[in-house]
Amino acid sequence: MPKFPLDVLLKSVKSPILLIGEDQRISLQNPAATALLKMDFTGRNYINALRQPALLDAVDQAQLDGTQKTARFLVQTGNTDQTFEALVVPDNKQTLVILEDQSAEHDINSVRRDFVANVSHELRTPLTALLGFIETLQGPARNDPKAQERFLGIMAVEADRLRRLVDDLLSLSRVEETERSRPTNPVDLEEVIRQSTELLEPLAKTAKTHLQVVAPEQPMVVPGDAAQLQQVLHNLIENAIKYGATEAGITVAIHPPAYERSLQQECIRLTVEDQGSGIPERHLVRLTERFYRVDDHRDREMGGTGLGLAIVKHIMNRHRGRLLFDSTEGQGTTVSILLPTVIENLIRQSSIP
Amino acid sequence: MSEHISSAYDRDLEEIQALVMRMGGLVEQSILSAADALAARDLELAEQVRAADKAIDTLELQINDEAARTIALRAPVSKDLRSILTVLRIAASLERIGDYAKNMAKRTGTLVDMPPINGSDKALRRMAREVQLMLKDVLDAYVRGDAELAEEVRQRDHEVDQMYNALFREFLTFMMEDPRNITACMHLHFMAKNVERMGDLTTNMAEQVIYQVTGSMPEEARPKGDKTSFVRTPE
Repeated sequence: MPKFPLDVLLKSVKSPILLIGEDQRISLQNPAATALLKMDFTGRNYINALRQPALLDAVDQAQLDGTQKTARFLVQTGNTDQTFEALVVPDNKQTLVILEDQSAEHDINSVRRDFVANVSHELRTPLTALLGFIETLQGPARNDPKAQERFLGIMAVEADRLRRLVDDLLSLSRVEETERSRPTNPVDLEEVIRQSTELLEPLAKTAKTHLQVVAPEQPMVVPGDAAQLQQVLHNLIENAIKYGATEAGITVAIHPPAYERSLQQECIRLTVEDQGSGIPERHLVRLTERFYRVDDHRDREMGGTGLGLAIVKHIMNRHRGRLLFDSTEGQGTTVSILLPTVIENLIRQSSIP
Repeated sequence: MSEHISSAYDRDLEEIQALVMRMGGLVEQSILSAADALAARDLELAEQVRAADKAIDTLELQINDEAARTIALRAPVSKDLRSILTVLRIAASLERIGDYAKNMAKRTGTLVDMPPINGSDKALRRMAREVQLMLKDVLDAYVRGDAELAEEVRQRDHEVDQMYNALFREFLTFMMEDPRNITACMHLHFMAKNVERMGDLTTNMAEQVIYQVTGSMPEEARPKGDKTSFVRTPE
C-alpha cells in the first residue's frame, strides 16, 4: 500500500485530533484541534491541553490496559456548550485522541427538559381566567348583557396574551434550535434599525416619546441573520418605549467597529438608550431569564410575555455576540449588543451539519 | 524577558503545570457537580464531589512537593522563580475552591428533606456556572500565558457579586415570610456565600496569572460588588 502523508490526512479531517507521545507530550495536533483549543499545544503535556477529568481518566485507563476508551468532552464558549465524544485509542506507547462533535444529539435532550415546568404555569394563568369567565357567562351572568360585554372584553385580552405567549415560545424554540449554527450572511445593520424603528414609531407616539437613530456614514455590515437581528432590535426598542419612555426620547445608535475585550475581537456595538426610571442593579443579572419580571404587575399590564429578552439573549448567543445592560436608577437604561465583525473560526463552524 | 538557561527546569515546570491543570479540571467539575447535585437533590453526585475533594487535596500536596524539589534542585531566578511561586499560589486557591464545593455537597445532604425554596436552586446553579466559566478562562489564560484574558476574568467577578446580592435579599424575604423557611434558607445562603468566595479566589488566580505573565500585579482596582454587609431587613 503506498504511504499517504499523515499530516495531509490530519489537516483534511474536520474532527479535532491529537496524538500523545510516549513522554505524555502532544506530538501532533491537527488544525481542527488548534481551532478548538485556541492554541497549538505541540510539545506540551497533554493534560495542559485537555484537563477535563473524564477525558484524563479515559487516557489513563487506555494507556493502562491498551484498549479503546470513550469520554465526554465539553467545550464552553460564552454561554453555548459544545459536547464532544472523545475516542481514545492507545497504540503501543502512543495515544490517539479523536474528538467528535455531538452537540446536535445532546441538545435535543437538554433543551426540551425544562420546557414543561417553565411554561405550564405561564399558560395556566390566562387559561384559568378564561375558564372562570366562561363559567360566569354560562351561569350568573347569563341574562346580564352589560356584564357579558365587560367579561368578553377581558376574555379577549387574556386570549391575546395567550396568543402572544405561544408566538414567543415558538420563536424562542426556533432560535434555540439554530443556536449552534452561526449565521454567515452579510447584514446591513442600518437597514435593520431603519425597519425596526419604522414599525415602532406609532407605539412611540402613543407613549409620548420619539425615536432617534445615530449611525456612522459608512455602511455597517456584520455576518448575521437579518430577521433575527431585526427581532433583537424590535424587542429592545419596544422595551425602551414601554418602560423608559420620556420626552427626552430614545436613542438607537450604531458604533463603528472596535476591539472588544470581553469577546477578544473586533465588534460593532449597537445601543438602545432611554432616559427613563432605570432598573435597580440587583435585577440586571436576571433580566434574560425566562419569565423573570422586574415588576410583575406592571409588566403583565403592559402585555409582556417575560420572554422578550430571553429571545434576544439566544439570538446573541447564536451570533456569538454579547448583550449588556447598564442602568442607573432615575437616569435611564442603556442596552448594548456586541456583534463580531468577522467569523474567526471556520473549522468549528464547518463541522456542524 | 530572558531566555531560559535550563531546559531541565522547563521540563519540570511543564510537569508541575500539568498537575495544576489536572487539579483545575477536577475543581471545575466539582463546582458544576455541587450545583447540579443541589438542583436535583442528587446525593450520589454530592458524594462524588466529596470524593473528588480528596483527590484535589492529594494533588495539592504533590504539587507542593514537586515545586519544593524543583526550587531546591534548579534554584530558579527571576521569571522562572515567578512561575514556581505562581504554581504554589494557584494550587492553594484551587484547593480552597474545592473545599467550598465539598461544603456545598455536604449541605445538599441536609437540604434533601426540606421543601425547595422558590427558584433559588436554579439561581445558585447559574451563579456556580458563572464562577466555573471564570475558572475555566483563568486556567486557559494560565496555560496560554494570556494576561488579557485573565484581566477580563478579573472584571467579571462583579457579576457574581451581583448575583449573590440578589440571592441574599431573596433569602431574607423568604425567611421573613415564613419562619419554617429559615433552616433551608440558612444553608442555601451559606452555599451562595461559598460560590461568591469561589469567585473571589478565581479572581485572585487571575491576578496571579497576570503577575506571572507581566511581572507585576494589576494596579487598576476592580469593582467590588458584595454589598450585603449593608443590607437590613425592611421595616
